[in-house]
Amino acid sequence: MGFAFWLDPTFRLVAVGSALIGAVGGVLGTFALLRRQSLLGDAMSHAALPGIVLAFLLVGSRDLPLLLAGASLSAWLGALLVVLITHRSRIRPDAALGLILSVFFGFGIVLLTVAQRQPTAAQAGLERFLFGQAAMMLQRDVEGIALATVLILVVVLLLWKEFKALAFDPAFAAAIGLPVMALDVLLTTLIVLAIALGLQAVGVVLMSAVLVAPAAAARQWTHRLERMVILAGGFGALSGVLGTLLSGWIGLPTGPMIALCASGIALFSLLFAPRRGLVWAVQLPRGKRDAGPSG
Amino acid sequence: MPFFPSVLHEPPTPVDGLAIEVADLTVMYDERPVLWDVDWQVPAGVRMAVVGPNGAGKTTLLRSILGLVRPVTGSITVFGRPPAEARRWIAYVPQRTAVDWDFPATVLDVVMMGRYGHLGWVRRPGAQDRERAMEALAQVGMADLAHRQIGQLSAGQQQRVFVARALAQDAWLYLMDEPFAGVDAITEQAIVEVLRGLKAAGRTVIVVHHDLQTVPLYFEWVTLLNVRCVACGPVATTFTADSLRQTYGERAIVAL
Amino acid sequence: MLAPQVEIMLVAALAGAACALPGVFLFLRRMALVGDAISHAILFGIVVTFLIVRDLRSPWLLIGAAGTGVLTAVAVEALRRTGRVKEDAALGLVFPALFSLGVVGIARGVGNIHLDLDAVLLGELAFVPFDRLTWRGWDLGPRGVWVMGGLLLLNLTMILAFYKEWTLSTFDPDLAEILGFRPAVLHDLLMGMTALTVVAAFDVAGVVLVVAMLVVPPATAALLTDHLARMLGLSVLLGLASALGGYGLAYALDLSIAGSMATVGGILFALAFLGAPGHGLIAQARQAARQRRHLAQQMLVIHLLSHEGTEAEHEENCLRTLPLHLRWDPAFAARVIEQAEQMGWVVREGELLRLTEAGRQAACEIIGSNGGMMPLSR
Repeated sequence: MGFAFWLDPTFRLVAVGSALIGAVGGVLGTFALLRRQSLLGDAMSHAALPGIVLAFLLVGSRDLPLLLAGASLSAWLGALLVVLITHRSRIRPDAALGLILSVFFGFGIVLLTVAQRQPTAAQAGLERFLFGQAAMMLQRDVEGIALATVLILVVVLLLWKEFKALAFDPAFAAAIGLPVMALDVLLTTLIVLAIALGLQAVGVVLMSAVLVAPAAAARQWTHRLERMVILAGGFGALSGVLGTLLSGWIGLPTGPMIALCASGIALFSLLFAPRRGLVWAVQLPRGKRDAGPSG
Repeated sequence: MPFFPSVLHEPPTPVDGLAIEVADLTVMYDERPVLWDVDWQVPAGVRMAVVGPNGAGKTTLLRSILGLVRPVTGSITVFGRPPAEARRWIAYVPQRTAVDWDFPATVLDVVMMGRYGHLGWVRRPGAQDRERAMEALAQVGMADLAHRQIGQLSAGQQQRVFVARALAQDAWLYLMDEPFAGVDAITEQAIVEVLRGLKAAGRTVIVVHHDLQTVPLYFEWVTLLNVRCVACGPVATTFTADSLRQTYGERAIVAL
Repeated sequence: MLAPQVEIMLVAALAGAACALPGVFLFLRRMALVGDAISHAILFGIVVTFLIVRDLRSPWLLIGAAGTGVLTAVAVEALRRTGRVKEDAALGLVFPALFSLGVVGIARGVGNIHLDLDAVLLGELAFVPFDRLTWRGWDLGPRGVWVMGGLLLLNLTMILAFYKEWTLSTFDPDLAEILGFRPAVLHDLLMGMTALTVVAAFDVAGVVLVVAMLVVPPATAALLTDHLARMLGLSVLLGLASALGGYGLAYALDLSIAGSMATVGGILFALAFLGAPGHGLIAQARQAARQRRHLAQQMLVIHLLSHEGTEAEHEENCLRTLPLHLRWDPAFAARVIEQAEQMGWVVREGELLRLTEAGRQAACEIIGSNGGMMPLSR
């Protein structure tokens, strides 16, 4: 089929949007991965569903920024409840995450059945937030995504050393006077924002793959945080474009295809990354195995 | 070469010759007291060991001085200021096991974090900070490992990285949480050298320590802590069989 | 033959109860999210097994899909052991990958499998009455009732038969190993039970909402009791209540059944989280207030003891300065001192507070019980 599809402006638009979503997911997913909060991203993206539908039901419009604001609020609430439950009861993080994830998602599904009874045709298309449909992205959606991407990347760049210290050693960060709590809240907010951006193209069910897989892949290739973030952003963008391409090609929702591409990159990296790749570990004699690239 | 070649910020002034003054400090975790009504004074410029059984509140005491835990009662001043205002003078060496050593960072990256406190928001570390970090690494005998990934270090080397990070902070009060736990002889010697250098440079050092035998060798002051402050003073007069028995119960006598 | 609604309720209730049982052990072993991963991965298992057996009703489908679920748990553990990624990332890598593969397989209609993506997420409870089991022309009722009922029975048998082994290997795996109970075998058994139950419940709730049935009732039960047997019983009851309550809600308001079941489960959890005796937020707050008063008494006598007979006694132990030193607001301090007087621990001597013999004894006992310290001799 050649490269004719690149000339199609609609495809280019959608590809750029998906690439940006993947890039932001990779960059912020790196911090989530290093702070062992990969699954918090999963819980938050599932928790976004009731917010989307509730925003639609309350205002009755399908205006995307509005729906995404609803998504962000309810994802945030989900994260907050996970923290509250683990801190104030004997429920441990794994169960708290599973609980918030499934209950919020279930409530979202309930609301979705309510929305589907609306007489107007306006509710059509809400379902695309489950598995993602990148083709529905409009020019101004992509412009919005680009703006948010720049904003997120600027914040990460400005607060680079603060986020780095927070991720590596929160006790030390607090000891040198960094407002650890505020930074934590800010980082979580950025992740929520990235999830909200990605919902249209990837959907709530598989958004976590965009946060986890590119970061996990990038970790295998480098031992520097700087390079890891750049690589993860690149892997995320690549997954976004490839997934969108494949999805258009075989007529499937974008979410699973982007997730598959990201997982494929992660699998390849786990197996074949120089030094850390599992394939090389098998060949080395016992005792000489090396868990990381040497400086 | 002096231990701290460049002093970047003005030194604090001890109040009544004290680096730390703690009065009536009670701290609780989960409604359970960890420190009970502790009165404690640390003269400026001494090397102080804090010893006591498990659960005696040693780490909590350090964290209180850093202002990381909120006391139920009592007051803490560091060089005459409340902890939050005194942080630029304090360097903290947490327990080695508190962090993930598979983090993507080199030895130099970690030591550079010691400079963050001086930089303030947004500003990046520059050549001067890098130089100071390399000096700190040289002071713990790890200059040649500056670019190694931290996951490849031995336990002792990891500990020395943390000590180097604290040195890079150019602080006046050093709080170290069990720096000698599980380290090799070379590391132990290197840290002892650092303690000596800090003493010579007039810095105050407080070390949570578990090895009672080496207390008189490495420190001139000692605090015996067991939820309450049992005793505090110069090793020669305070580190006695009687006070140890009060801290640990009868079994401490066997250890000496 | 029962009314269709009753049949649906029966299947939902059986599924709720059957999921709650392995859910308790997943909860106690901190493996709630392994249940999540298994339930996502079985979709891939269903597709793959279907390609081989070509019959959506074959019992082999159940076993094949469950096998994939168990393999997923094994793969996650193996990936974690390589040290290349942490446990959370290992989970977060494996299940979206397998789930996506499953979605692609189903959406592309691999081998003409008749499932749509809605059913994957929500289950197809409404179709339960149409899929019937017949024997020699006799209608034995919906197949779902038999499958879910069988799973409930199997889970019950496994848990009752190995009750002491479960208890031991959950709370003290090392001791279980030493005593020869092979906790690894029980671990595999739990994975197998979870996977089979999740596959069977797939029709009821789909892959995401089945997680609610695995996780929420045990978490709620954990707030209500400290005893394993009671926790199992309560979880089953809560699973039943979520299923039936959810069905009722969905029936009354015409909502998604699986979604309502998860929502009702969430509401029950929220009620327990706030109001559970002992572990609920309200009970905790009450207990904290009581504890605060109690500790204040103790703090007072210890403070008095510390400064008794010292030069600073008149500065430290006087009514005026006490609130300042102990950081109490004056009203609270007055109440604490009054209570301590009533208990006969302290007496006033003008401005000075003095310990009574009983108060001194109490202070020494408190110190003694907090770290094995003996009272200082003066």
